[in-house]
Amino acid sequence: MNETKYWTWHMGAGAILLFLLGSHMLIMHIGGLVHWFSPYGGEAISVKNSLFRDSSLYFAVGYVLLLGIALYHGLCGLRTVLFELTLKPAVERAVTVFLWILGLGLCGLGTWAALAAHRTALLGAGG
Amino acid sequence: MRELKRFDNRIGIWGWLGGGRWGVERYAYILHRLTGLAILFYLLMHIGVTSLRAKGIYLWAEGGFFHQPIFKFGEYLVFAAFAFHALNGLRLLLVELGFAIGKPFEPVYPYKTSLHVQRPLLISVMILTLIFLVLGAFSAQAE
Repeated sequence: MNETKYWTWHMGAGAILLFLLGSHMLIMHIGGLVHWFSPYGGEAISVKNSLFRDSSLYFAVGYVLLLGIALYHGLCGLRTVLFELTLKPAVERAVTVFLWILGLGLCGLGTWAALAAHRTALLGAGG
Repeated sequence: MRELKRFDNRIGIWGWLGGGRWGVERYAYILHRLTGLAILFYLLMHIGVTSLRAKGIYLWAEGGFFHQPIFKFGEYLVFAAFAFHALNGLRLLLVELGFAIGKPFEPVYPYKTSLHVQRPLLISVMILTLIFLVLGAFSAQAE
């Protein structure tokens, strides 16, 4: 992927994150005032409220999307910062490969966790 | 194809931090960069910690290791970093797409700066950030 594509996707990912991460932050950090998606009251991060959100397919899919897009935006930003140090081309390639592996690995872990938590929450709600 | 000539970044990391004679937008750029790196660092840890819920471990909930005042304060800092980074990022996106930078004019001496055309957008973004910071603080108090 050339640099223009990296930058364009970085900006596009940022625009989507405004909505996805913005919603996540409002639910979690303004939750004390608005109590969105926290039907059991109290803290938005309580186990009951977390299980309620995990049981929703919209949240499970949203978490996976948020994870992938946030990792791309963040790691691409880090790559841009590092490349400004005018690294040697071989080092730039190594950094790019390392960040892709790190990003895909973390995306895999987070996706597995979101889907497993969704399944667990559904089983808990059913049982 | 001929490779682009590369120049050494002689100032190094100081080149990222020093605003020099540039305006307040340059300092917003530095803060944008710092908050971005801080949020990325948090995200990497956050993925690890929240993945534990797949095994029924909720370290952030009541009774968990991260349910302590120091981490609550840390969470507020993350929210503050996000609020600034997101709203300043929106400003950068608008400027990148050519909005709020005024129309081009002929560069006739004495040259005029175009920074004052962009400044209202920066001020609006900072006011919005402040509003979110206050809301976040109230919310943290209410919980």
